[in-house]
Amino acid sequence: MKHVLISDPTLRDGNHAVMHQLNSTQIAAYCRAADEAGLPIVEVGHGNGLAAASLQLGLSLVPDKEMLEVARSNLSRSQLGVFIIPGFGTIKRDLAPAIEIGADVVRVGSHCTEADTTARHLAYAREHGKKAYGNLMMCHMASPATLLAECRKMQSYGADGVVLMDSAGALLPADVTERFKVLVGGLEIPVGFHAHNNLGMAIANSIAAVEAGGRILDGTARGFGAGAGNAQLEVLIAVLQQLGYETNIDLYKVLDLSDIAEKQVMKTVPIVRPTSIVSGMAGVVSTFAKHVDRISVQYAVDPRDLFFELGRRKVVAGQEDIIIEVAMDLAHRRDAVSQAR
Amino acid sequence: MSLPRLLDPLAPPRGFVATNLSLPRPEKLKVAIIGSGNIGTDLMMKIRRSASLECSLFIGRNPDSLGLVRAREMGVPVSSAGIQAIIDRPDLCNLVFDATSAAEHAKHHPILKALGLQVIDMTPSRVGAMAVPAINLEQLAAHQNVNMVSCGGQASTPLAYAIAQTHAEVEYYEVVSSISSLSAGPATRANLDEYIDTTETALRKFTGCANTKTILILNPAQPPIHMQTTVSAKVATADLDRLRPVVDRMVATIQRYVPGYQMIVPPVFEHNRIVMMVRVTGLGDFLPSYAGNLDIINCAAIATAEHFALCRTKKEPL
Repeated sequence: MKHVLISDPTLRDGNHAVMHQLNSTQIAAYCRAADEAGLPIVEVGHGNGLAAASLQLGLSLVPDKEMLEVARSNLSRSQLGVFIIPGFGTIKRDLAPAIEIGADVVRVGSHCTEADTTARHLAYAREHGKKAYGNLMMCHMASPATLLAECRKMQSYGADGVVLMDSAGALLPADVTERFKVLVGGLEIPVGFHAHNNLGMAIANSIAAVEAGGRILDGTARGFGAGAGNAQLEVLIAVLQQLGYETNIDLYKVLDLSDIAEKQVMKTVPIVRPTSIVSGMAGVVSTFAKHVDRISVQYAVDPRDLFFELGRRKVVAGQEDIIIEVAMDLAHRRDAVSQAR
Repeated sequence: MSLPRLLDPLAPPRGFVATNLSLPRPEKLKVAIIGSGNIGTDLMMKIRRSASLECSLFIGRNPDSLGLVRAREMGVPVSSAGIQAIIDRPDLCNLVFDATSAAEHAKHHPILKALGLQVIDMTPSRVGAMAVPAINLEQLAAHQNVNMVSCGGQASTPLAYAIAQTHAEVEYYEVVSSISSLSAGPATRANLDEYIDTTETALRKFTGCANTKTILILNPAQPPIHMQTTVSAKVATADLDRLRPVVDRMVATIQRYVPGYQMIVPPVFEHNRIVMMVRVTGLGDFLPSYAGNLDIINCAAIATAEHFALCRTKKEPL
């Protein structure tokens, strides 16, 4: 039976859905239930990972250190995962303390063409005996050949695996199949997929990834994640079971986990809203959703226009500051047109 | 926390060298550049335009590197011997630009100091005194080693300083820079942690605020994006009317040495924070104009070196 490693970033990606306001009680409750269900990896933190609490993206209610300590003390079977993007988090200030607290798995992220920025962070995690994965964000923005070249760099830095992140939920199943065929054929390490559901494709894309040889999938309870959310964990486990994949996760317990998550962790269950659809079509990272909602009101511009214009500018993950500039530009152009009339 | 008001925030900038003096010029200050990557080669090209600086030695490690080839074509004396070139002939220069890497500079510093050479360090090593011409040009000449912080630091600290001068209580400063992937060479990519550490240290130093954060984003878009930097500050109450003229003055000062520095989002109050954004278009010397990040740190270094040249002329006419 083919095995798929499931990693659960509900308490990391889901933090985007509540503007990084997850509290310690919620983190503890979810960790206990995930541990009980046998989730292999539970990822915890600010939505953009270590040291990403900022005015740019939203400040965290709970500091990184405390989130990790609470999670650590409530996980026994499950491994504790952290996410770090070089350019946000540093080894000395952020990664070393996270490993000290007890992170077992380190995901090091970069934009899909910038893998060489992850070399030092991946090496550090490996040198400290941790599992180290390289995550390529916004993977719809690069061709399969480019992605392979970038993944090979991460492989050469000692990564235990690489994960393609469809951060904008922009890919369709055929795009995923094409990418995974190239990567699985060209790499010696396992390849994984992290879906977003902007176009309703999160489960279908995740399945396309494993059907083309992918061996790691990310899923979040009720899909709790940025924008339209991620691949819904409990659906993913069920579909993988139907297809004959082994995850070592207890079905009933992961279904219970999802109920616990809905009741205790999330204010609202993610759904595919119009702005998320447009974000997926425009290829703009899902984490922009709440900022676009707020800024489009302040500058009285249509949030859909804002997403399409951001897509034309080819903004990448972490560039939330550009939203204000583009909104002002749209408002200015609109005012110029109405004055001309 | 607020800084003592050392300067009138609206006073005209002092210490910059006028670029079109018609007076007879004294002999130019001789400078050597170690490091033939993007930064070093661009510095070499900028120095050729300077009325008070002369590149007397351009040093790399690989005689076939693009930078050394370019320098040779331009008639600039070159060496591929690294720091040894200066140890062998310290008399060839009065000032050294170190455009290698933070780790290399830590090794070069004691050697250059023992040789009695003044140094402008382009790496995020944090060895020397932090130099941001728009803020502290006049206080730099006394230092043997000055450090140009980082591209994001050059773009942001003057704006953060303007906020510090007009707001008594600032809880927190944050700087986000986006640069084109093509403008980030191998040393920049390997030094992201040092970039963050150094930029945050500069923000603390020049604002007096203990709580700062720096973020750097690489964007591979084609055509390449120009460098953009956003400065945010968490304040109890924002006084934008007081801030705006001080920021305008600061921008004008920076434009004296970085012509492509442009405010694209003037100070606004949004989501309980002051936010402003600048874009830096480069002069297009070694890398095309999108590489504003390369340009701003190099223009700042040239302004600093020209000021040193001016100070020496005043002190001891050559």
